[in-house]
Amino acid sequence: MSNNSAGGLVSLQKSVKQLRFEAGIRRIKVSQAAAELKAFCLQNAHKDPLLMGVPSSDNPFRPPKSCALF
Amino acid sequence: MEPQLQGQVIRQLFFLIGATSVNSILLRKDLCSCRKGMLSSPHQNTPRHREILCFLVEMAAQPSDTLATLKTESETLKTKLEEERAKLHDVELHQVAEKIEALGQFVMKTRRALKGHGNKVLCLDWCKDKRRIVSSSQDGKVIVWDAFTTNKEHAVTMPCTWVMACAYAPSGCAVACGGLDNKCSVYPLSLDKNENLAAKKKSVAMHTNYLSACCFTNSDMQILTSSGDGTCALWDVESGQMLQSFHGHAADVLCLDLAPSETGNTFVSGGCDKKSCVWDMRTGQCVQSFETHESDINSVRYYPSGDAFASGSDDATCRLYDLRADREVAIYSKESIIFGASSVDFSLSGRLLFGGYNDYTINVWDVLKGTRVSILFGHENRVSTLRVSPDGTAFCSGSWDHTLRIWA
Repeated sequence: MSNNSAGGLVSLQKSVKQLRFEAGIRRIKVSQAAAELKAFCLQNAHKDPLLMGVPSSDNPFRPPKSCALF
Repeated sequence: MEPQLQGQVIRQLFFLIGATSVNSILLRKDLCSCRKGMLSSPHQNTPRHREILCFLVEMAAQPSDTLATLKTESETLKTKLEEERAKLHDVELHQVAEKIEALGQFVMKTRRALKGHGNKVLCLDWCKDKRRIVSSSQDGKVIVWDAFTTNKEHAVTMPCTWVMACAYAPSGCAVACGGLDNKCSVYPLSLDKNENLAAKKKSVAMHTNYLSACCFTNSDMQILTSSGDGTCALWDVESGQMLQSFHGHAADVLCLDLAPSETGNTFVSGGCDKKSCVWDMRTGQCVQSFETHESDINSVRYYPSGDAFASGSDDATCRLYDLRADREVAIYSKESIIFGASSVDFSLSGRLLFGGYNDYTINVWDVLKGTRVSILFGHENRVSTLRVSPDGTAFCSGSWDHTLRIWA
């Protein structure tokens, strides 16, 4: 029983130390963070094949529309 | 006898002796006007006696007090953390995204079906050449596929079942895998089809419980692993030595993801304790942690810019956490979705979030607006793993129905 309380004490001390560290980190406002996420998305949207869709000829996975041999 | 126990015994004895002597002092009529002793009478109003009694009780109670003070400090710190985070919560992500054009209809179909596994597919990874895929399954088989042609290029049989983790090396020359054997093994891939890959196997990581996820860092030389023993670890492939270990999760760690190379040496992990933690790879310290999910976190994936990450959980939601605002900024959920999300990944720009669910479907979410843009059917059992290709042209999903499907 004393073992438990000693082990519990140590882990509690660790978690208090961790909480103190986390409480002290620098944070920015959600509005600013959200604006930056949005900006990243919009800047890179044109490069995103799954978003924009690529013509079948460019995408190795899409089958070409037709294949005719004359 | 344990020192703590000894201390406790001494304190109790001290209290007993102290209390008994004070009691007898009080009983002596020439020292005190009270006729009854302290311990025998509940009626004791003089402040002096109360003081003495309190002092003695405090001395005896000291060890458990330290525990109690730590607990209260822990609680106050947690509330303070929540308050600090709430102060900066001035707007929701979807409000910021209101003015953006909504996404149109998506037509994504299964373009390739990779069949060959004899049992549930548990994990998959793309090679940097955007063409090869490695997948592992419950029956112990690890297969390397050519996704364009659907041919199997290599196959290895692991000595254990439930190979829950597999990863392709950045060079494309090796694969790492592991599972119930508690180890992560690296197999160099040779061009010679007849060569027995199992002969060249190298055991790199050793955990005390199952291996849940593994990932090469920027080179073939180091591997990051997470395990059911609640820890993550960084290993040197050549020597098999542990370079750093990461402790902090209170239960099995189920998933991990490395930050995109430009943003530095951090990685995120998620576990059965409903917590996701961001770690500094050099110091081994947890720098941020988030506990808003209501059940096990099955999958975590960094946003392409490295400033945020998404997680999928058994509570049927996917959530987006921003690292600089240090909080959850979006929840992707619907009342009609009641099965857990097993795997998540972002499209190249980060606008789309693909989630594989245990109800056999794949839901595609608009990350900024928080709405679902598409639902993909095709698998005949739960989707266990999902990865977008390195160039973003397609994504691959693996399922308990023994197949992998490539969608584009």
